[in-house]
Amino acid sequence: MIDTLACCNYYNIEYSFITSLQQHGLLDITTIQETAFIPAHELQKLEKLIRLHYEMDINLEGIETVSYLLEKVAHLQDEMMHLKNRLRVYGEG
Amino acid sequence: MNFIDYYKALGIDKNASADDIKKAYRKLARKLHPDLNPDDKEAQKKFQQINEANEVLSDTEKRAKYDKYGKDWQHGGEYEKARQARSQQSYAGGGGPQFSGNFGEDDFSDFFASMFGGGQGGGGSRSQAKYRGQDFNAELHLPLHNAYKTHQQTLDISGKSIRITIPAGVENGQKIKLKGYGSPGVNGGPAGDLYIAFVIADDPHIKRLGNDLYMTKDLDLYDALLGSEVTIHTIDSIVKVKVKPETHNGSKIKLRAKGFPIYKKDGEFGDLYVTWQIKLPTQLTDAEKELFEQLKALRP
Repeated sequence: MIDTLACCNYYNIEYSFITSLQQHGLLDITTIQETAFIPAHELQKLEKLIRLHYEMDINLEGIETVSYLLEKVAHLQDEMMHLKNRLRVYGEG
Repeated sequence: MNFIDYYKALGIDKNASADDIKKAYRKLARKLHPDLNPDDKEAQKKFQQINEANEVLSDTEKRAKYDKYGKDWQHGGEYEKARQARSQQSYAGGGGPQFSGNFGEDDFSDFFASMFGGGQGGGGSRSQAKYRGQDFNAELHLPLHNAYKTHQQTLDISGKSIRITIPAGVENGQKIKLKGYGSPGVNGGPAGDLYIAFVIADDPHIKRLGNDLYMTKDLDLYDALLGSEVTIHTIDSIVKVKVKPETHNGSKIKLRAKGFPIYKKDGEFGDLYVTWQIKLPTQLTDAEKELFEQLKALRP
C-alpha cells in the first residue's frame, strides 16, 4: 500500500482529487491509524484516472460514465470471446 | 516516408490559433486516447498521429519550421543549422499539453524524426509526473495439445529472452500478465506490463468447449449392431470403450475426466464426449447382399 500523500507528490496531483475519486466510488482507499493508503493494485487505475482528468479535461462525472462504459465493453468482449469459443465447437473441421 | 499534414490530422486550418490547436487536440484525444480504446490498434495509430501533430503545431518553433518546410521536409536540417547560428539561446522546451500513458515515447513517425530529430520535446504543466510505461499486448499461438499440459516456452521480448510457464488448461483468448515487461516508464516511472493472449488453434479431430472435449468416432456397422470394444485416442492417451449392442448413429457417450485439464486445478479434468458415426459397408458382394435380403425379410 502507498501513502496517499506520497502518491499526490509523485503524480503532482491534489489530495482532493484522490478523495473525490473515493467519494465517487472510483478508487479504493484504506485508512490505517488515520492515514489514507492506496492499495498497490489500484495504482494502475489511478494513473488512468489522472490521465482522464488532468490530460483530457474530463470531470469526475464524465470519468464515472467512461469507467462504467469501459467495464461494460470489457465484459462484452469477454462474452464475445466465450461465444466465439462455443461456436468453434460447431464449426467445420 | 510520406509527408504528414498535421493540420488535416487535427482538422484545423493553417491560421488556427494556439487555442484552436489545443481545443482540436483535446477533442480528438477524448475520442482516440488508448485509455478509452483498449486493444483498438486503429485508434492508437490515429492517436499517435494527432499526438505528433500537437507536438509540432503547439510549439512555435516547430510549427514555424513545419510551415516553412512542410512538404520539403528533407531541407529541415539546413533550416536547423541556420536557426542555431542565429540564436545561442538554449531550447527551453515548450509545446502544449502532452498526453502520456498507454503509448510509447518513440512512436513518432519517420517524417517527424526527420524534421525534428525524434523524441518528445513537449511538456505541459504536468510533464514531470512519473508514469508507468505502456502496456504491451502480444499473442501466443498454441495448438490444442500444447495447451493440454503445463509447459515452459521461451519468448523473445524486445531482444530479451524470457521463459514463461504456460499452465495446462489455458483457454483461447485468455490473457496472462508479465509484470514489468512492457514499455519503460516515463520520467522514472515503473515499466508497463506485457499481456499475452493465447490463441489456441482448432484441432481437426477434437473440439473443446470449456473443459470438455468433443470428438466423433467412426463405428463399424456390425460393432454398432452387436456391440464391441473399440479404442479411442484422446489427446494424451488411448482408452478402451465398450460399445453397447444396437448403438445408434449420432448417439453420444461421456468419458468422465477424459477431457481438458481444468486451469490451475491440478488433477481435475473435464469430460470427453464421443459421438458415434456408423459407417455402412460399401461394395457389397453378392453373398453379402443375399444375407442382407434375408435380414430384411426377417423384419418386414
